[in-house]
Amino acid sequence: MSVIRTEKLCKSFGTLEVLRDVDFNVEKGEVVCIIGPSGAGKSTFLRSLNQLETITSGKIFVDGELFLHREKNATVHDSDPAKHKSLLLEMGMVFQSFNLFPHKTVLENVTLAPIAVKQMPKEKAEELGRGILAKVGLSEKADVYPSKLSGGQQQRVAIARALAMEPKIMLFDEPTSALDPELVGEVLGVMKDLAKSGMTMLVVTHEMGFAREAANRVVFMSDGYIAEEGLPERLFTAPQNPRTQQFLNSIL
Amino acid sequence: MEDALIKIVGWLPMLIKATGVTLALTAASVSTALVLAVFLALGKISKDKIISAVCSGYVFFFRGTPLLMQLFFVYYTLPNIFPFMTINSRFLAAWIAFSLNIAAYLAEIIRAAIQSIHKGQFEAAKALGLTYGQTMRLIIIPQAYRRMIPPVCNEFVMVLKDTSLVSIIALTDLTFQTRMIASNKASSLVYIPAMLIYLIITAFFTAIFNRLEKRLSIYE
Ligand SMILES: Nc1ncnc2c1ncn2[C@@H]1O[C@H](COP(=O)(O)OP(=O)(O)OP(=O)(O)O)[C@@H](O)[C@H]1O
Ligand SMILES: [Mg+2]
Repeated sequence: MSVIRTEKLCKSFGTLEVLRDVDFNVEKGEVVCIIGPSGAGKSTFLRSLNQLETITSGKIFVDGELFLHREKNATVHDSDPAKHKSLLLEMGMVFQSFNLFPHKTVLENVTLAPIAVKQMPKEKAEELGRGILAKVGLSEKADVYPSKLSGGQQQRVAIARALAMEPKIMLFDEPTSALDPELVGEVLGVMKDLAKSGMTMLVVTHEMGFAREAANRVVFMSDGYIAEEGLPERLFTAPQNPRTQQFLNSIL
Repeated sequence: MEDALIKIVGWLPMLIKATGVTLALTAASVSTALVLAVFLALGKISKDKIISAVCSGYVFFFRGTPLLMQLFFVYYTLPNIFPFMTINSRFLAAWIAFSLNIAAYLAEIIRAAIQSIHKGQFEAAKALGLTYGQTMRLIIIPQAYRRMIPPVCNEFVMVLKDTSLVSIIALTDLTFQTRMIASNKASSLVYIPAMLIYLIITAFFTAIFNRLEKRLSIYE
């Protein structure tokens, strides 16, 4: 079953075309890594899915339902507001720069959205929050402020915060790029556990080791379109597209 | 020397009573202005062009004209044009004029504080499903609030001194009382205790505000 599908998704900033006719699909339980050179439009693609960017044209389906359809920068179809919100909440997002709420403790960061958005009672949200913090190995940090944590710990809190909304798919935008090398492992570890637990994941990353090990499929994006996709092993060892070849040579 | 001291001590009760008016006017004006300023700041950054233009115009007007003129305008001009707007209470007139004026300055402080919050905070909130109102109330304002404290406190201390302008419409604040004593008793000595009183209250508030700032910076 498809969790997210896009049809001819296009995004321009003014006259700059950043995404061109992206047709993409993630099935339930799949882990898809998106790789590609800087400026390829990887972040813009993730941000378009959860409406942080407004697409210029194309269709986005969530859970098989048409979520948004736009043409020539005008909305053709939008789900009704309640539906729109519930479909949006099926996507959790983790940012490169964590974006934790600095004035809230770790536990409050995790429980804020369940309480505010889902009207979950505080006790229940805290129980849920502590459970998720345990999963990312941060139980003992529940009551400290984010500024007291290392980058790796902050990113694990950010993952926990997104998970607390019980999304069906997690979007990761270079979750380890802002981290010191020695902290990358702990975050990737949490992400691998998440993948094993069956979470559907869409991960923009430069960590080829992670892509090889955890991804079911790797997508190579270049100049705003999907240039090539396939099984990690195949894409890394026998890329068909010369651009993929070139990119892989440049980073290895 | 002894004579002078005795005179000054004799004036103190009147001066202290007038200080109450100065403090009340400052506190009332700054609190009213704060409420007004939050709306002006949110209006200025609003995506609605008309709301944004109206709020920007307001700020432009009140920051671009002298406070003293605004005070005259509220007290003399408005009742002239619209008789129903006659304000019998000098205090009320000063309160209105000061609130309107301070709101323009505070709106800029609040707007700057809100816009200094990293856009990642808005995005994280949005990605979690928070509405614009919730994002402002739970995420942005509480962070901006801490950044606003120092400039707002600074503004409070400035206002405390600027209220001396109201002596011109004969509202019995500390400055007016001082001027009355100086002319009735023909003694310019009274300016010494009066200035000391201003100094003491500004020092007092500055000290309180410094402690407040320290308390609020715990999470950073
Ligand atoms: N808000 C914006 N306004 C204008 N141009 C933008 C905006 N956001 C992104 N772009 C441009 O869109 C293009 C794609 O950017 P995007 O961030 O999606 O690339 P990316 O593949 O994520 O790159 P990186 O690996 O560096 O993160 C770039 O040329 C970028 O300058
Ligand atoms: Mg990017």
